[in-house]
Amino acid sequence: MKKLIKDGYVIDTQNMTMERKDVLIEAKTVVAIDKNISPDADTQVINAEGKLVCPGLIDMHVHLREPGFEAKETIATGTLAAVHGGFSAVACMPNTNPVCDSKATVRFILDKARIFAKSKVYPIAAITKGSEGKEITEMADLMDAGAVAFSDDGQPVMDAGVMYKAMQYAKMLDAVIISHCEDKGLSSDGVMNEGYYSTILGLKGIPKAAEEIMVARDIILAKATKCRLHIAHVSTKGSVELVRRAKEDGINVTCEAAPHHFTLTDSAVEGYDTSTKVNPPLRSEEDVEAVKQGLADGTIDAIATDHAPHTAEEKKVEYQYAPFGLIGLETAVGLVFTELVDKGVLTPVQAVCKLTKAPADILKISGGFLTKGCTADITIIDPDVECTVNPEDFKSKARNTPFAGRRLKGAAVMTIVNGEVVFDSQIAFEK
Amino acid sequence: MSGFNCKHILGLRDIAREDICKILKTAKAMKEIISRPIKKVPALRGKTVVTLFYENSTRTKLSFDLAAKYLSADTVSLSVSTSSVKKGESLIDTARTVEAMRTDILVMRHPASGAPATLKNYLNCAIVNAGDGMNEHPTQALLDLFTIQEKKGKIEGLRVAIIGDILHSRVARSNIWGLKKLGAEVAVAAPSTLIPPEIEKLGVEVYTKVEEALKGADVVNVLRLQLERQESSLIPSLREYAMMYCINEKRLNHAKDDVLLMHPGPMNRGVEISDDVADSARSAINEQVTNGVAVRMAVLYLLAGGEKVEKID
Repeated sequence: MKKLIKDGYVIDTQNMTMERKDVLIEAKTVVAIDKNISPDADTQVINAEGKLVCPGLIDMHVHLREPGFEAKETIATGTLAAVHGGFSAVACMPNTNPVCDSKATVRFILDKARIFAKSKVYPIAAITKGSEGKEITEMADLMDAGAVAFSDDGQPVMDAGVMYKAMQYAKMLDAVIISHCEDKGLSSDGVMNEGYYSTILGLKGIPKAAEEIMVARDIILAKATKCRLHIAHVSTKGSVELVRRAKEDGINVTCEAAPHHFTLTDSAVEGYDTSTKVNPPLRSEEDVEAVKQGLADGTIDAIATDHAPHTAEEKKVEYQYAPFGLIGLETAVGLVFTELVDKGVLTPVQAVCKLTKAPADILKISGGFLTKGCTADITIIDPDVECTVNPEDFKSKARNTPFAGRRLKGAAVMTIVNGEVVFDSQIAFEK
Repeated sequence: MSGFNCKHILGLRDIAREDICKILKTAKAMKEIISRPIKKVPALRGKTVVTLFYENSTRTKLSFDLAAKYLSADTVSLSVSTSSVKKGESLIDTARTVEAMRTDILVMRHPASGAPATLKNYLNCAIVNAGDGMNEHPTQALLDLFTIQEKKGKIEGLRVAIIGDILHSRVARSNIWGLKKLGAEVAVAAPSTLIPPEIEKLGVEVYTKVEEALKGADVVNVLRLQLERQESSLIPSLREYAMMYCINEKRLNHAKDDVLLMHPGPMNRGVEISDDVADSARSAINEQVTNGVAVRMAVLYLLAGGEKVEKID
């Protein structure tokens, strides 16, 4: 059966335009994008009037927690949350148990995904064995198994010599290294941004320098090795400036920002709500502004959630004992449209580009644009619908969001993967 | 007197000036009670106070215990080592268990900042923070305020110098909130590695030279230096710290002649305070301990309902 998405504003991420057109899908493929396509008798018509018809959104930074931490999230629940948030694909981080540092684990994830996943799943493998920062992984073999990038997310590679070799090796394979930039000596046992709020709350601070010194180091290594470097979750003004300068110098570097880093400041930690405990931490006002500026001027290429689910019992503890991380798959589109599009930081086309084409290009995966002949991974966004975040409605296993009760304007209303509707807000249809 | 508006005593940051004054006024009556030969009143008869300590403490726990006993409350002390907590019950579950045994007031010390604030959302009984991490130690600051008021007759307009490890000190934070609310000028002095960022936003003067902070001070509050700070490279040695920051006779001469010297204890004599100064006539350190009991009696009494419970004499 064919599907016709009628009367929506189709976003063209290649030409950065938006035009009212219809999209015709047959089986797994987009077969036509044109004005006024007439439906056949057997064509299902999807009314998208007033809505944005986008390439399927891609979240390039997600923790699916499987294998090993299935109480927090699984490939099934994480990808169900993804499609409910409008993501047709996610790239999952390797800090599982075992760490995704072998062909067997990559295959396990892909096999599980084939059976249980609602969205597409792209595994990111570890840079070093066990993410211990000592020996580099079998990158060629991991890529052959399906790994799309390498990262020791959460466990930064502290030894610059190891990172240098990893980047030389990754360059040979044209692989991208995704760096979680944190100097452990500087972040130490800090639990929130170092500043006024850490002072008055009596919590140990993580200085901005902990992130910036590693951004600078990895940029220098990227220059030396010519390896493709992607900086994960940029959170400080200094990091944005370092990446901006590196791009001006022609160094092969890209970066992403997370919705919580362009929405919240460290003042949110008041009251010791552990769902505000995240790494890198929520920063100060000037950092939030700098992240927005970086998104607007293109320094920050992509928006990624760093969806990091934890169980309620892990988070219902004293602030300093709680694990870092907050979930983001089901609030990302709302936050992007409320905080960036509605406030004029990004146009709708720019915003969608940072959630589609940018991550697809960085990871060199398919998708990210809509043209005749491409696979029908499509997200329909209603930029005007308003709703209040209610964690009880989440499809994720986890509830650790600092956005509960927040009013958001804009949401994904339909997600289509391989031509199949996997999420429809009208009928809350799940397959 | 007007009513008391606090359900808990979590920190002086959240307590209004009027309520701080009410506690200090009540503490004065309590001090009179414990000066009597028979120092027990029936005010909290039938009330239960549990002290739950997740950190070692002798003086604060003893002080709360005696304060409750002088008011005829039933008291039980529970010391929990943090190591056994890690493998066992969560803080919230432990506190709920204590409350379920009909505890009226839970006095808690905990190494994690914000632990009592977290518990507040899960309990109905009154909570008194007896120190949480680096955040606040409100009853220590209240007893410091009480001692200043008693010795100087006022707090407003006085110049108070707080010397020592400001970064890790809950005593410093509670003192700053309380002193600023009551109109004192506050100067702090510490090595640059022990000064928390943006502390000046609280309206305090910040110095690394101890003599500058001491200049013209009416009160000097010396903080205990945790001896493990050397290991984490925050100071090079206790010797150098003492050379630069130890409050001795010579340094104290920068302050006013009638300066009042305080220390929350326990003291490291020869590190942050010299032996002769600690025992000098200007020192109120022993008086602080007595006042601690009076202030804690006032806090327990007011939280239990104040005049509604029973007349205190």
